[in-house]
Amino acid sequence: MLTKEAVEVRKTALHEEHEALGARIVDFAGWAMPMHYAGIVSEHRRVRSTVGLFDVSHMGEFVVTGPDGLAALERLTVNRLSVIKEGRIQYSAMCNENGGFIDDLLIYAMRNGYMLVVNAANRDKDYEWVRSNLEGDATVADVSDATALVALQGPSSEPVMSKVTDAELSTLRYYSWVYAEVAGASTTLSRTGYTGEDGFEVYCSPDDARTIWHALMEAGSEFDIEPVGLGARDTLRLEMGYSLYGSEMDENRTPPEAGLMWITKLDNGDFIGRDAIARKIEEGVSERIVGFVLESRGIPRPGHRIMLGDDEVGRVTSGTFSPSLEKGIGLGYVRTGVDRGFSIEIRNKLVEARAASLPFYEHGSVRRRKK
Amino acid sequence: MSEKDLKFTETHEWLRVEGDVATIGLSDYAQGELGDIVFVELPEPGTALSSGDVLTTVESVKSVSELYSPIDGEIVEGNAALEDDPAVINSDPYGDGWIAKIKLAEGTDLSGLMTTEQYEAHVKG
Repeated sequence: MLTKEAVEVRKTALHEEHEALGARIVDFAGWAMPMHYAGIVSEHRRVRSTVGLFDVSHMGEFVVTGPDGLAALERLTVNRLSVIKEGRIQYSAMCNENGGFIDDLLIYAMRNGYMLVVNAANRDKDYEWVRSNLEGDATVADVSDATALVALQGPSSEPVMSKVTDAELSTLRYYSWVYAEVAGASTTLSRTGYTGEDGFEVYCSPDDARTIWHALMEAGSEFDIEPVGLGARDTLRLEMGYSLYGSEMDENRTPPEAGLMWITKLDNGDFIGRDAIARKIEEGVSERIVGFVLESRGIPRPGHRIMLGDDEVGRVTSGTFSPSLEKGIGLGYVRTGVDRGFSIEIRNKLVEARAASLPFYEHGSVRRRKK
Repeated sequence: MSEKDLKFTETHEWLRVEGDVATIGLSDYAQGELGDIVFVELPEPGTALSSGDVLTTVESVKSVSELYSPIDGEIVEGNAALEDDPAVINSDPYGDGWIAKIKLAEGTDLSGLMTTEQYEAHVKG
């Protein structure tokens, strides 16, 4: 697993910081990104106990503007965007005509439009999809290259962030954003994250990313802050049961199978994929996402078969060792109706699994913020 | 317990022979590449192995890796401490992080294995 310098690999504004910190750098979606620094398990536990700092500048950001922007986005996305007023954020998805996922995304309601935040791996695809499907008087601009993004996550996030900004954080609700000066730089500051802990995401100019990063690391030192890589980002989100595009979602999976009908509003007018999704629900889906914990020793991995006796009833989509539960946990698509008694086939051995309700980890500090 | 007494394979296992029993583990380089080790499948005592057979599986958070037996022989013991604390492979790969003990088959030839210097050159190059 040697790291190689690929000519086309892109670097974020914080690349030198990661190298100076001794990060293990990997190629992720064409970006040189830190997989880990001190180690995935210790970084994961740091976020759950106090606070950690992530560079997620590789993600994509688009801005949709124009008088028909809301209508155009309502046609492109599955959730009810009209309820989100300026300063609020919505988790949503874009689907194709068959109801299959193009991507999941966050939509920030701005004063004069919307900012879409999309997965790094889908940036070009999503931009093309939005651009070619926007109707009416609306335009989309890809501002990803002008946007760096760091995420501060953990129960001690607020005291850390309050040292570097004058913005009123105690009243900044989960899934809300404000313009704020952070370490003297202009930013969009949101109370969001992918870890299940309280935290903030800071959108800034790439020119300001290093200043902000160092200011947060300094402010967080009192709380033993650590830099956190993509490895722990994955174990943290999986402990929360959050889906990941490319694992639980792809263009062949639809919201009812993926357990994402809670963001899918069939009564909000037409959107691309609406009819196909409605039909799937009427027919009944043949598989659904299930979460499970391994009761014996073993770690489920993507692709492992899910067995009911001799019968293959599904496949693991995401699996890992949970540092908080100290057990193997995973998500997978399982034949509808099978909700217990299944095993995971790990290297020719069947390991019993217990179906689990999500999240696997129930003590995340984000719950205290959801007011 | 000097590293100098160890022999190495190209696939990053180390071997220390005392009498007719070889202790086997994963090199420091390999544990660093794998990252946090969270699970080790211990081999069953009594299992007969040929050189090149899969000895066991070691899992980090992100990956599953197979360890290969450098020799012909029979498993004497797996390191039971690794069941509760697999991360000792990361912290002490040549000491408490040993993985298995194998009784050497008669006439086992170790000359194909690398010395510490040869192995270090191998991972650098």
